[in-house]
Amino acid sequence: MDYETVVGLEVHSELKTKSKIFCGCSTSFGADQNTNVCPVCLGLPGVLPVINEKVVEFAIKAGLALNCEILPFSKFDRKNYYYPDLPKNFQTSQFDLPIAVNGYLDIEVNGETKRIGITRVHMEEDAGKLVHSGSIATSDSSLVDYNRTGVPLIEIVSEPDLRSPEEAKAYLEKMKAILQYIDVSDCKMEEGSLRCDANVSLRPRGSEKLGTKTEIKNLNSFKMVQRGLEYEVERHTEVLEEGGKIVQETRSWDEANGMTVSLRSKEQAHDYRYLPEPDLVPIVVDPAKVEELRRNLPELPDARKARLMADYGLSAYDAEVITASRAMADYFDETVNCKADAKTAANWVMGEVSKHINAAGIEIEACPVSPTKLAELINLIDKGTISNKIAKTVFEEMWTTGKNAATIVKEKGMVQISDASEITGIIDKVIADNPQSVADFKAGKEKAIGFLVGQIMKQTKGRANPEMVNSLLRERL
Amino acid sequence: MELFRYTAHQLHSKLKNKEVSAVELTQAVLDRTDAVESSVKAYITQTRDTALAQAKAVDNKINNGEDITVLSGIPGVLKDNICTKGVKTTCASQILAKFVPPYDATVVEKLASQDTVIIGKANMDEFAMGGSTENSGFHPTHNPWDVNVVPGGSSGGSAAAVAAGEAVWALGSDTGGSIRQPAAYCGLVGLKPTYGRVSRYGLVAFASSLDQIGPITRDVTDCAHVMNVISGYDAKDSTSINSAAPDYTKSLTRDIKGLKIGLPREYFVAGMDADVEKAIYKAIDQLVALGAEYQEVSMPHTEYGLSAYYIIAPAEASSNLARYDGVSFGHRTEGTDIVDMYKKTRSEAFGAEVKRRIMLGTYALSSGYYDAYYLKALKVRSLVKQDFDKAFDKVDVLITPTTPTPAFKIGEKSNDPLAMYLQDICTIPVNLAGVPAISIPCGFSGKLPIGLQIIGKPLGEETLIRTAYAFEQSNDYHNRLAPLGEVK
Amino acid sequence: MEFPEHNDLDGEIMKITRKDVETVALLSRLEIPEGDIEKVTGQLNAILEYVDVLNKVETANVEPTAHVLPLKNVFRQDEVKPSLPRELALSNAPEQEDGYFKVPKIVEG
Repeated sequence: MDYETVVGLEVHSELKTKSKIFCGCSTSFGADQNTNVCPVCLGLPGVLPVINEKVVEFAIKAGLALNCEILPFSKFDRKNYYYPDLPKNFQTSQFDLPIAVNGYLDIEVNGETKRIGITRVHMEEDAGKLVHSGSIATSDSSLVDYNRTGVPLIEIVSEPDLRSPEEAKAYLEKMKAILQYIDVSDCKMEEGSLRCDANVSLRPRGSEKLGTKTEIKNLNSFKMVQRGLEYEVERHTEVLEEGGKIVQETRSWDEANGMTVSLRSKEQAHDYRYLPEPDLVPIVVDPAKVEELRRNLPELPDARKARLMADYGLSAYDAEVITASRAMADYFDETVNCKADAKTAANWVMGEVSKHINAAGIEIEACPVSPTKLAELINLIDKGTISNKIAKTVFEEMWTTGKNAATIVKEKGMVQISDASEITGIIDKVIADNPQSVADFKAGKEKAIGFLVGQIMKQTKGRANPEMVNSLLRERL
Repeated sequence: MELFRYTAHQLHSKLKNKEVSAVELTQAVLDRTDAVESSVKAYITQTRDTALAQAKAVDNKINNGEDITVLSGIPGVLKDNICTKGVKTTCASQILAKFVPPYDATVVEKLASQDTVIIGKANMDEFAMGGSTENSGFHPTHNPWDVNVVPGGSSGGSAAAVAAGEAVWALGSDTGGSIRQPAAYCGLVGLKPTYGRVSRYGLVAFASSLDQIGPITRDVTDCAHVMNVISGYDAKDSTSINSAAPDYTKSLTRDIKGLKIGLPREYFVAGMDADVEKAIYKAIDQLVALGAEYQEVSMPHTEYGLSAYYIIAPAEASSNLARYDGVSFGHRTEGTDIVDMYKKTRSEAFGAEVKRRIMLGTYALSSGYYDAYYLKALKVRSLVKQDFDKAFDKVDVLITPTTPTPAFKIGEKSNDPLAMYLQDICTIPVNLAGVPAISIPCGFSGKLPIGLQIIGKPLGEETLIRTAYAFEQSNDYHNRLAPLGEVK
Repeated sequence: MEFPEHNDLDGEIMKITRKDVETVALLSRLEIPEGDIEKVTGQLNAILEYVDVLNKVETANVEPTAHVLPLKNVFRQDEVKPSLPRELALSNAPEQEDGYFKVPKIVEG
């Protein structure tokens, strides 16, 4: 049986406001346990919430960037359930009137653009963190840190339009880029500011009806999302092919063992008993304000990608990679603004720069080579002062010492040799010293020329202009 | 007359004239408490030392020639569901028996800014659920007019303390009548403000869309003074009305000429006590003699309002009380795992009435029943509110009995929750509509006080105070004191 | 959460069953002793019967009132205010360790 995979994703993103959604505690990450708390976010008897206006603004921006309709009337509701990371044993969220609905984002898969529907975007408060020795299942007790309770979240729910784990990963990457571009979230999965739960089901290809779905939690990176979905798709397939039925349940991704584990206990699914939050009054959105926010949205990833392709002739692939994060796109733009050639800049950003920041485990914002310095290096290559190969060495030096390209080239005497007579002199010497290779080449072995080129480069410590070496060498042979 | 028998405004004059010091006054009230508390049991916590320190500070101000306001140095008590920083706040529940809030309610901050003296926290029905204070998780309170009789509830401790002379003024809270009914049963003035007029920040929530804090005092003048201190916009309460409160003492005129009174026929129930009926009609005659006119009005959804309340209040309460789980504050009973701990903690430390209402509320909100119960009740609430809107198109205030009967004996109704609920028939619709209402003494049934309720338009407290004051000053019920002797 | 099927309202009195009471108790994290379930069921039923009069009211075209006040858009600025000192935040904790609140073993559900 040919099964079609159907995936929907629920993304939670922490909004980067300074204070929490309902109180003035700081949202800063990494504070000592229970130091960013107050009576309100602790849910002590008698406290009341007051909405942070920036949260609403950020949520509307996210809705707009995701092409949603902003609802003119929106409200908060209580979602009631018991869990120790939830001080009030209810979460203040939005149920039937979320801030934004009916949007979409586009992803590139195999060179094709696919539109993924977004059902809704709503605001809610985050819960605290639980710490246990070992795993939650084996631990005798747990420790609770409420710093995170009340940190503002938006929950973004996609339509079940994704058809593969790869598409899911692409969706997440695009979502992350969009949220970063509009500067509402840091989207750092490793810090928990971006989280994802996946819903997956299979159905016979061609069928309209959705199969029974399972939810996967504990997917803490984009890779885990992909692997978790791959595993679950396989599991569903096995069950169905054996004639079994998929049990609708929530499962947890077990990274260590590469599998999903059922979280379902004997108790049934939660009855959240939603009720309108009586301590908060409704939000009536001013259309003029929405238009202002819409007008002031920055250039979004797709538009930026299109611009890079149009203005600089970058390929779709290159433009996609560069605009995948706002920081990288900014870095690229700045480099080009310093008069570096766009295509060269693209190669360097995607190449050496990315290689180095990934190896160092840092973000591009922390790159020790600034766009200005990179632009300078690129211009040296384009002017012919140094070869591309030498430039890589220079970059290495720039990275470690912080010096600029010109200084390093001068100090290390790396200026490219482009003087024909000088090169010719060296060529003649190499030809004289390597008669066998010369003979081989003349006998038809093309590879022998590579050896000769290598010898010439060795003599010049790599400084000889490669193109000139090649053309002049062939002339002399 | 003993010091503790005077009203706040009378005592203010004595303080200003240096006839008595704040410390002497506070000590007199504390002494009175010592003498009668064993038969009244109005208190959960007494804060004697801080009270005397607060009084001393006021005396210093007076001696330095600094200005003081009417409530400065005057000892009052707060219902124990109002959070007081550093002072145990229990809501009369075992689950909060040792809870010490790390913050003050907004009304407490406001009172402190007026240098009032707080002498303790008053007993109540647990989490404000009840009409007699018999549901307190600690002990019942006795009515100073007859110690075998309930003081009313849920602000029974607050009312009993003031009626017994154990406090000069008090704050209570009112969700379905919990200020007005105990005020009526104890011969006092009790006012439930318009919803949103007084900040709920720091009031432990029972039913968030219905709760309000309000004064329980010996007379209408004191009520106006307390309202002046506690009313007003609070940025910490999103349901707080964003407008400054007026000076309520300006309404202490006696002029009610031309005042249009409405008598809602649905509040004059069959089964109303004969003495209550007589007293209410006598009061109406008195108001007419003072220049008012009355007409009968109909509030056809009154009966449904009661049912709606018994869905809405428990539903909100079931959510508000979910936080009492033994995790980060309050009582904890150890369990084999967290769910076991939740269940044992809540089952052991909540009283029967609280558990009953939580279950009712949970049921009403559960999947499959939300539309039939909660949503339906919210719609009926709209109809109840409309009844008031329509009535106030025709009249300025509504007059009703506060309760259909006077106070009942301790233990008489505690086995029948439904009988208890029916006491609230005159008070509940007011909370549903969010309008203000005041209860003032209007007579006696034997030795038990009877209360007259005056209901006003939204933000109509000034008219209520004016009407109540005019009526009060035409009789001497507010001068009568509970004949509570010393108990040795 | 499966409540047993109840018929549509139209004038019929809703009855809460023993099983309903057990479900509701679980949702509220309350333990009703076996011997009390009958009594509690009876008490809840009495209240629900009383409340059932709601069905007599026509509300098809009535908007629900969740808030009596016509307030909307009540916000605060995105400003950081001081948090509680940790000792105060933990001052009522039944059990704590290392600046955390401590709770017993967590089971799902």
